[in-house]
Amino acid sequence: MRLAYTPQQQAFRAEVRSWLAAHVPATPLDHFDASRAGFEAHRQWEKTLKSGDWGMVTWPREYGGRGLNLIEWLIFEEEYYRAGAPGRVNQNGIFLLGPTLMEFGTAAQKQRFLPAMASGEEIWAQAWSEPQAGSDLAGVRATCRRDGEDYVLNGHKIWSSRAVFADWAFGLFRTPGSERHKGMSLIFFPLNAPGVTVNPIAKINGHVGFAEIFLEEVRVPAFNRLGEEGQGWHICMATAGFERGLMLRSPARYQVAAAALADLWLARRHIADPLLEADVVRAHMNAEAYALSIYATASALMAGAKIGPEASTNKIFWSELDIHLHRTALAILGAEAELLPPPGTHDWLDDYIFALAGPIYAGSNEIQRNIIAERMLGLPR
Amino acid sequence: MDFTLSDEQKMFAETARSLLVDRCTPEDWRQLLASGAARDAARWAAIVENGLTLLLLPEAAGGLGLGELDFALIAEQAGYVALPEPLVESAGIAAPMLAARAPDAAVLADAGATIAIQHPANPLVADADSAAAVLLHHEGEAWLAPAAGVQLTRVASIDPFRRLFRVEWQREAAERLGPADWDLALERGALFAAAQGLGLAQRCVDMAVAYAQERQQFGKPIGSYQAVKHHLASAQVAIAFARPVVHAAAAGLAARDIHARARVSHARIVALEAADQAARAALQVHGAMGYSWEVDVHLFLKRALALNGAWGTPRFHRDRIAARLFTRPNGPDQTFARESETSHA
Repeated sequence: MRLAYTPQQQAFRAEVRSWLAAHVPATPLDHFDASRAGFEAHRQWEKTLKSGDWGMVTWPREYGGRGLNLIEWLIFEEEYYRAGAPGRVNQNGIFLLGPTLMEFGTAAQKQRFLPAMASGEEIWAQAWSEPQAGSDLAGVRATCRRDGEDYVLNGHKIWSSRAVFADWAFGLFRTPGSERHKGMSLIFFPLNAPGVTVNPIAKINGHVGFAEIFLEEVRVPAFNRLGEEGQGWHICMATAGFERGLMLRSPARYQVAAAALADLWLARRHIADPLLEADVVRAHMNAEAYALSIYATASALMAGAKIGPEASTNKIFWSELDIHLHRTALAILGAEAELLPPPGTHDWLDDYIFALAGPIYAGSNEIQRNIIAERMLGLPR
Repeated sequence: MDFTLSDEQKMFAETARSLLVDRCTPEDWRQLLASGAARDAARWAAIVENGLTLLLLPEAAGGLGLGELDFALIAEQAGYVALPEPLVESAGIAAPMLAARAPDAAVLADAGATIAIQHPANPLVADADSAAAVLLHHEGEAWLAPAAGVQLTRVASIDPFRRLFRVEWQREAAERLGPADWDLALERGALFAAAQGLGLAQRCVDMAVAYAQERQQFGKPIGSYQAVKHHLASAQVAIAFARPVVHAAAAGLAARDIHARARVSHARIVALEAADQAARAALQVHGAMGYSWEVDVHLFLKRALALNGAWGTPRFHRDRIAARLFTRPNGPDQTFARESETSHA
C-alpha cells in the first residue's frame, strides 16, 4: 500500500488542471435535460473535450481515448469536478455502454461506435425499462424479430434517460416466444429511425430528463446487436456492474459537494442550528469514505481483480450519502431552503431533487440490498 | 498510488485469523468465564509463538519492526473472535510506546509478558492485573511500575472479558521514563479499536447469516425474507465503507502524516458504528434466541459498546475531523494530501 501519487500522476493532474482552466465555460451551460439548446451546448462541450483528447481517458487511443489507467481516470474526474466543468451528456454512452462494448463488441462494432461516442458526435440514451419491467427487468416484452440481415424491433420502453434529445439508444429485446432471462439481446437503434416515437416525460423538476419510446416495426441491421443473440441478460448485468461499480458516480462529485457544504456551514453557522455541524462533518466523512473505497477498488482492479456483487454496496452508499448531504444543506438554509436560487449560484435545491432519484435509478436500492444479501452473503432467494 | 495489501500482509492476517478462530471459539470463552482466569494460557502461548506480539516492536527491542497497517490487520482478527487477551492494548499500544522510550526495558525481553497502559484518554486501565508492568502517566511523563508496585481496584464492565481497574501508585515504586509520546498511543489505541470494530461487525453479520439460513418460519428460511436480508445487507454496506478508511488511516499513521489524525478519528467512528449496527442487526435476526445468554451475539454487542467509549469518545473524534475539515484545504485533490509535523508548524 502506497497512498501517494507518483510524480507522473502529479504531472498528469497538473496537465488536466491547466487544460480545464483554459477551456471550461465561464458561465454554466443550460442543463442538458432542460432544452435542445442546453443539450447541444453540452454536445459542443464534448467535442471541445475531444479536441484535447479528454473524451474518455481510459479508452485506447484508437477509439478516441488516451489509454490511461483507473487511478488516472480518478485524477481526471477529481480535476473535472473541481473545475466545475459541465455534466457529461453522454454518460450513458461513455460510462455504461462504452466499457461493455469494449468487452463484448467485435472489432468492427468498436470502430463504428466508440470514437463517435468519445467525441460526442453520437449521444446515447438507455432503453432498458418497460412499463411492466422495472426492478424485474427479466420481464422485458419488447421483441427483436430476425429478418435476413436485419432485426425488426417492436415494443414500448420507458424511463429512458436522455432519449428526448439523444441520437442513439441501446436496449433489451427478446426473441419472440422466449421467456424471462433467456432469449434477450442487447440491440442499438437510432432514435430517428422510421417507426420510433419518443414522448418526453417531465421529471419532478420539470426537465424532460427521460422519455418513453414506442417502437413499431423498426428495422436495424444485425450488426447492431452486441454479443450473441440471447446473451443480452448476461451483457446487461455486466453493464449494470460498471454502472454500480465504479464509473457512474465518481467520488469527486461528492467530495466537491461536501467541500461546498463545509463552506456553506462556515458562512451560516452563526444563524444555523448548531447540531447541524455533526451532519456537515458526516457528509465530509461519507464523501471521503466513498473516495477511499473507490481508490481501493481501482487498485484491486489494476492488480487483476474483478468487480463482483460488492459493487452493489457502492450504489447504496453514494445514493444515500448524496441525499444526506443535500438534506443537510437545505437544513442550514433554513427558511430560505424553498427559494429557487438566482441563476449562477449553487443550486442546493435542484441538487437535492436530483439526489432523490439516486435510490431509484440504476437498480433500486431494494434490489441492490437483495443482491448483497443473496450474492455476497449467501442468503437464500 | 496503490491501495492494496501486500501478499505478506494478507498472509500474516490469514495466519492470525485461523489461529484465533481455532483457539478462541465460543466454547473457549465460556470455559474461561467459568474458570474466572484472566486469560487462556494455552491460547496466549500460541499467540506469542506465532509472533503476533512482536509486530510493532522495533527490531532493536527484539520485534519485527512492522507498521500500524500490519498490526491493524491482526487487530481486526482479534475483533472477529472478541479476543479476551490484551493483545491489542499490550502489543499494539503499550509495548511499542515503552520500546520507544526504553528499548532495553527488561519486561520487553519476555515476549509473553503483557504491559498495561494508563492513558489520559481512558479513565481506567485495562488488564492491569495480568500485566507484568504498567505504563503510568504523570504530568506528561511516562513511568513504569511492576504489577506489584500498583494498587488495583477492579471496576466491572458489561463486557465480561474487559478487566478494568482503577490504579493507584506511588512514584517511589515506579521508574521514571521521562517525556513520552502519549499522542501516538492515542492514535494507535483509536486505530486498533476501529480495526477490532471491523472484525466484530463482520462476525455479527456472519453469525446472523448462518442463523438466517437455518432458522425456518412460515416454512422457509428466515433469510429468504427481504426484511431480514436488508438488515444484514445494510450492515455489510457499513463495513464496506469503514474498512478502506481503517486501512488508509493505518497507512497514514505509519507514515506519521498529521492528516492521519482526522482519518484515524473517522475510522474509529465508522468502524464502531458498523460494529454497533451489525451487532443490533444480528440480535434482531436471532430473535429471542439472540437475547439469550446462551447465544453468542451479546458478547460482540458488549465488546462493541465497550470499545465505542475507549481511546476518545465519538465527540472527541468528530471534533478532530471538524478541525481538519474547517481549517485545512479540502476537496477531491486533498484525499491523500500529506503534511508532516514540521511543515504544519
